[in-house]
Amino acid sequence: MSGQDALFEYLLRLGDNTLILGHRLSEWCGHSPALEEDLALSNVALDLIGQTQLWLNLAGEIEGKGRDADKLAYLRDARDFRNLLLVEQPNGDFAATMARQFYFDAWHYLLLRELTGAKDGRIAEIAAKGLKEVTYHLERSRDWVLRLGDGTEESHRRMQAAVDDLWMYTGEMFESDEVDEAMMRDCIGPDLSSLREPWLGLMRATADEATLTLPQPGWAQRGGKRGMHSEHLGYILADLQFLQRAYPNATW
Amino acid sequence: MYAQMVKTGVDHIQSKEEMSPEERAFQDRVDQDIKIEPKEWMPEAYRKTLIRQISQHAHSEIIGMQPEGNWITRAPTLERKAILLAKVQDEAGHGLYLYCAAETLGVSRDELMEQLNSGKAKYSSIFNYPTLTWADIGAIGWLVDGAAIMNQVPLQRCSYGPYSRAMIRICKEESFHQRQGYDAMTKLARGTPEQKQMAQDALNRWWWPSLMMFGPSDAESVHSAQSMRWKIKINSNDELRQKFVDQTVPQAEYLGLTVPDPDLKWNAERGHYDFGEVNWDEFYQVIAGNGPCNRDRLRTRVKAYEEGRWVRDAADAYAAKKAARTKAKAA
Repeated sequence: MSGQDALFEYLLRLGDNTLILGHRLSEWCGHSPALEEDLALSNVALDLIGQTQLWLNLAGEIEGKGRDADKLAYLRDARDFRNLLLVEQPNGDFAATMARQFYFDAWHYLLLRELTGAKDGRIAEIAAKGLKEVTYHLERSRDWVLRLGDGTEESHRRMQAAVDDLWMYTGEMFESDEVDEAMMRDCIGPDLSSLREPWLGLMRATADEATLTLPQPGWAQRGGKRGMHSEHLGYILADLQFLQRAYPNATW
Repeated sequence: MYAQMVKTGVDHIQSKEEMSPEERAFQDRVDQDIKIEPKEWMPEAYRKTLIRQISQHAHSEIIGMQPEGNWITRAPTLERKAILLAKVQDEAGHGLYLYCAAETLGVSRDELMEQLNSGKAKYSSIFNYPTLTWADIGAIGWLVDGAAIMNQVPLQRCSYGPYSRAMIRICKEESFHQRQGYDAMTKLARGTPEQKQMAQDALNRWWWPSLMMFGPSDAESVHSAQSMRWKIKINSNDELRQKFVDQTVPQAEYLGLTVPDPDLKWNAERGHYDFGEVNWDEFYQVIAGNGPCNRDRLRTRVKAYEEGRWVRDAADAYAAKKAARTKAKAA
């Protein structure tokens, strides 16, 4: 794999993560537990959509085939998507959404912090912008894990179930493959396994404070980064891409 | 409007002689355009009418999130998606400002939500129509927000301080929404034949319900007269409707779209458009709960509220525990 090809793949991973998670969060708008949460969840979704535009436009530029962020988001099929399995999992209840968010935010924060030092200035710049937003996302999702974990009996039970349920999708975040290795060689991205300890540290501290029990390391579901997804992604794309597919070549 | 046919509880307009000294002093302040603030004395009917009007407006913002929210995940580009999400988010924000304004009158947000969920409180008839295609999102921004602005701009000057200030904030955002809606419609009207047809179909379906938003003629209504005396209603329904038609018809022409009214004609003598009669039977049916989406809208709202209860309870419980711990530490 050439450096350019690896970079394109890497940018797709970054952009697809934010695209799909932003989509999931936007599903909450108008249905959340309180008006304040409609506002807050939409804010996070809007940040992620904005990051998607930056990552995928840059991916299109690197690829050099005339595809922009919209073409990449709306005209690829599921097998060409590179997001983590975690972010495509359904919203479930509010606890499941917050567990998914906390797992992702903590990793996203650590990753972007590394990417701000990327040798490629374009990547460092997007990462720096994203890091500001994600710092707040992490604060917020951590706060909800605490509130729900140490709230009522019901919220504790739901939060523990969510933490247990989504745990198997977190392993994939720390596994490097040839794309990640190419990024390490080119001084762009970090060794993903190096993010595991700081991530686990934050998980342990938060679980303690939230009176939750962190699951034992176990089997990790993997495949999203290589285009092997869960069945959920197809339905997300059916929603997301409907108009672009039904009316090809129209502008909106 | 977002608040339609608000009852005042009065059966005639009092003359100054009939008023108590307090009532007279209050009316004098209103007449002099001095804002009424929450802690000041106000007639009970004024307070109750305002609660009804402001909460109806707030409920409309909250229910109004649904028809547009219906297209957030299907918006055709990342930019349109971000714009639409931000717009629906603004509506949640407007709901919040308005519930806060209503709370200054001595009613809680929970009570108001309860009234909405039980079907006791009303919201604007317009949100009981379905959004069937993407063009409906453009049409709502252009027509529905356009109609809302007609009413809300004058309400920035209304007599009740907190409501007036909420309106000032809301109007800034609404005019942005209206421009975005018109921009989305323009793209469709200038697009492929299918897109143009989609735009025309949306105009056909949203035109009359938009005119209904202003409510039936209230020239004879004692409630409207009272509300105008209190300066919590500034223009009559017919005045606003005419203003809306006059503003919107040229915009439709510019887009190359046809307003679905065979009686629509420029009247040079009046300097206004003449237009056909609104189907008020349909309006009263929708108000009575028989619009195409009334049941779905309310069920969706109740479901979100009920399913969110354990989350709100948890947040309260956590806050209480935290406060107790801080207190224990300090002791």
